[in-house]
Amino acid sequence: MRSIYLDHAATTPMRQEAYEAMIPYLTEKFGNPSSIHAFGRAARKDVDGARERVAKALNAAPQEIFFTSGGTEADNMAILGTAAQLRDKGKHIITSAVEHHAVLHTCEALATQGYRLTMLPVDKYGMVSPSQLAKAITDETILVSIMHANNEVGTIQPIRELAAIAHERGALFHTDAVQSLGNIPVDVADLQVDLLSASAHKLYGPKGVGLLYVRKGTKLGNIAYGGAQERNLRPGTENVAGIMGFARALELAAAEQPETYEHLAALRDKLIKGLTSLPAVSLNGHPQQRLPGNVNVSIERVEGESLILSLDMAGIAVSSGSACTSGSLEPSHVLMAMGLSHQKAHGSLRFTLGKSTSAADIDYVLEVIPGIIQRLRQMSPVQAGQE
Amino acid sequence: MYSEKVMDHFQNPRNVGTLPDANGVGEVGNIRCGDVMKLYIKVNENQVIEDIKFQTFGCGAAIATSSMITEIVKGMPISEAEKVSNRQVAEELDGLPPVKMHCSNLAADALKAAIEDYRQGQKA
Repeated sequence: MRSIYLDHAATTPMRQEAYEAMIPYLTEKFGNPSSIHAFGRAARKDVDGARERVAKALNAAPQEIFFTSGGTEADNMAILGTAAQLRDKGKHIITSAVEHHAVLHTCEALATQGYRLTMLPVDKYGMVSPSQLAKAITDETILVSIMHANNEVGTIQPIRELAAIAHERGALFHTDAVQSLGNIPVDVADLQVDLLSASAHKLYGPKGVGLLYVRKGTKLGNIAYGGAQERNLRPGTENVAGIMGFARALELAAAEQPETYEHLAALRDKLIKGLTSLPAVSLNGHPQQRLPGNVNVSIERVEGESLILSLDMAGIAVSSGSACTSGSLEPSHVLMAMGLSHQKAHGSLRFTLGKSTSAADIDYVLEVIPGIIQRLRQMSPVQAGQE
Repeated sequence: MYSEKVMDHFQNPRNVGTLPDANGVGEVGNIRCGDVMKLYIKVNENQVIEDIKFQTFGCGAAIATSSMITEIVKGMPISEAEKVSNRQVAEELDGLPPVKMHCSNLAADALKAAIEDYRQGQKA
């Protein structure tokens, strides 16, 4: 049976070059970068080299890169670290209703600790409006955190404009670039952000490693203690092998980004065209301002988990924003914030394409999915349009 | 995450569809939660469920439990069928993931609603 992986927003397979870059550090190059002896110095030199290469890929300076255990930790450091550092300046934080839980739940935790939280709404495409931010921001605002591109529907936010509004009022701007990095240009000087989170395993690197970019001169409070690593900001012995794999994956992803975009966008458009030509199937997310590998549709009268299971049996791996797959009783907060009906949110499917995806894969999906939808619809007592 | 039996009932659901000559219909769940089950029963003069069909919008567990209950109660007197519990349906499927026990395990409730509907119809 065919086996087609279309869940690259969840994770990507590690590329061979990243794997090979890691191996020596899992075996003979085992030194602790904090050690003074030759073993330690060798590891330090290579971690510093990785930091330089990562910085170059983001158009940052090496001292602005802090390695973390992944995107979630980077988001926590950015938000909790800013809140701790600037608590005497103000206690207002602004984010959007469609953020990843790593941002949303962290901001909500602060809201229980005396901080005031504003969650900006989005339009039907999942887009945050700069004028809404301009209205919400006050002199008390210390941080604005808006994701670069959405993980569920792929909508790309106007980061440069949003960051400019934050800066006019003296607030810091953080963006979670976990989904965008490698797919669209990510240049910290161009985006004008103060803080940016990224993760290796979304760009064909290893799991368990990510980074936080902290613009020079931006001070963060600590969220963990116990060591002087990463310039005292992120204690704990460095994940040396992970960092080496991340650096290799990222420098390649940055170099290949234009061709990755072309490859993915062509296949994405083919899949969107095929799916939306089926009856009662509609696109979620922005038609143009969209990640090149993201296709998110709602299929009326059927439920997402049933679609996933059926596609899985046909060898196709995808995800959904239905309640059954969110692990709660509510469907995706992103789709609900965009104003979708419960039916459309429960019947959502996300296909995220990757480097290995081919036109033949898309043809196969479009060949098998009509039968799956028909089978489930025949079983369904729900009427189209029912809310 | 699902047992082989659940996957079998999901893939090859028994008794799918509607019954034009049903004399009891029960519907439970709602679209907000993502599960809607509708059961159609035909009860004969001996108070036995002669035929049963289902329609379900929902996850794998919702479809499998619907299918399973039709197998359990087909040919059963309604006095016995109404005693079947959601838990029993789940056990017949070799269990369900804990998170599914509450949200998607509604087939016995749908059957009770269908039997109640049949009894109301008999009174009229």
